[in-house]
Amino acid sequence: MTISQGTGSLSRRVAYYLPTALTALTVLLAWELIVRAFDIQQFLIPKPSSILSAFVAQQPILLGKVLTTLRGAVGGFVLGSSAGILVALITARWVILREAMLPFAIAANSVPIIAFSPIVFNWFGPSNPFSWMAIVAVIVFFPVMINTVRGLTLIDPRALELMRSYAASDFKILFALRIPNALPFLFSALRVATVLSMIGAVVADFFGVERATIGKYITQESASFRFENTWAAILLVSVIGILFYLLITLAERFIMPWHVSVRESGH
Amino acid sequence: MQIPKSEMRTPKPQSVVSIQEVNKTFNSGGRERVSALQDINLEVGANEFVSLIGPSGCGKSTLLRLIADLLSPTSGRLLINGKPPYQARLDRDYGIVFQAATLYEWRSVSQNVQLPLEIMGFSARRRAERAQDMLKLVELEQFSEHYPWQLSGGMQQRVAIARALAFEPALLLMDEPFGALDEFTRERMNMELLQIWGKTGGTVIFVTHSISEAVFLSSRVVVMTPRPGRITRILDIELPRPRSFETRQDERFFASVTEVRESLREAYLG
Repeated sequence: MTISQGTGSLSRRVAYYLPTALTALTVLLAWELIVRAFDIQQFLIPKPSSILSAFVAQQPILLGKVLTTLRGAVGGFVLGSSAGILVALITARWVILREAMLPFAIAANSVPIIAFSPIVFNWFGPSNPFSWMAIVAVIVFFPVMINTVRGLTLIDPRALELMRSYAASDFKILFALRIPNALPFLFSALRVATVLSMIGAVVADFFGVERATIGKYITQESASFRFENTWAAILLVSVIGILFYLLITLAERFIMPWHVSVRESGH
Repeated sequence: MQIPKSEMRTPKPQSVVSIQEVNKTFNSGGRERVSALQDINLEVGANEFVSLIGPSGCGKSTLLRLIADLLSPTSGRLLINGKPPYQARLDRDYGIVFQAATLYEWRSVSQNVQLPLEIMGFSARRRAERAQDMLKLVELEQFSEHYPWQLSGGMQQRVAIARALAFEPALLLMDEPFGALDEFTRERMNMELLQIWGKTGGTVIFVTHSISEAVFLSSRVVVMTPRPGRITRILDIELPRPRSFETRQDERFFASVTEVRESLREAYLG
């Protein structure tokens, strides 16, 4: 029997991540060298080393400001994806409702919702934290909902026939088949949603009047030509975005260890 | 061979499956109607092993789905244990195995076998016990905690059989269960299926397009032809049981294989 367990040894893990790490290191090194060699102006592209030292120097200020942004991103992520899942469950149950709504949801998904930000601030107030969450929630809602509906309804017909042969109720089919089937779809949407929610929150920072945000910091530092600080802020937002993404991936591994995406990444 | 359990349960010889004048037509979009089954009559008794054989499009799978109440006939009457198929399905009178194992990938082997028991409201303890017994029956007890992707095709299909038998249905419906397996695995699975059937008893209706498989397994072979799907012959297979690997070398085995092949060819030419 050839049974391969997904858990690789430490050396295999190192071997797996080594090319990625080397690529990153090479790019950073090349960046540093090119900026030094051609004496590129700081306001065009600063050296990675000056970004890093700005990051260290500005760290207390950055961390204070990023909290408002992060609150908007996480709050909006939770609100938007919960609403998306809920609406998906309701529409998956009633076919007519789904067929009536899904085309609009798909159309709405392709609208650049970020453009509605000023309107949202107008509704909830320019310094109300809920404005941030609402903007993020609306961005996150559509991909989560559409993917979850797909997962709940794109089911192997044999798997459904099996349930029918057991005379299973719709309720049992939902819990034993539709929801587990939807999980991989849901998680791929949630991973996209983490990225979208960080983008949404930073853009909301630009429009809101709250000053202690990372978005405002970026605009201020750029206006004052302190571009290494701008880059440091971008670095922080990126790191948080990546951590957010990894958190969802970790939850995915924990909740659905059976899935292909999880199995293969372990090798 | 042991006396099958279901024989003790139903002393009276009664048709487990009774099919009378059944027709099935499909609307293939527009006005065109395709006749999938025409004038089907078939009686299957308790503890029979009946194969439905024929080329693609002869309606053998459709017939199985009518018995399972996964499709409804256009006209005619079906009775399962004397009941309409709908009622038989609600009473969980049959277990079904498809060509694809159709295991739920998020469930372990044991949890897959427990699926019907869960739907039917068995207690957790009885579910675990039944699953263990069933996995022992198909000789996969050491794989109970594995996930479907860790098993070979043949092993997956054995789990599907264990799942179909978990709630002890007296009727087992099999739709080309070994069709996706290679020749060697298929022959081994045939042997294992007969051993399992020897232990559990009950009635089996088995859809296949392999002549040798049908002859090796069955007490009767129902030969079907396409366009429209109809039964052209029903052959009794007079091979002694228990059957073994030697059965395939038996003269009577070859004779029956030839007979089935002739029937299929006649139907094609005529």
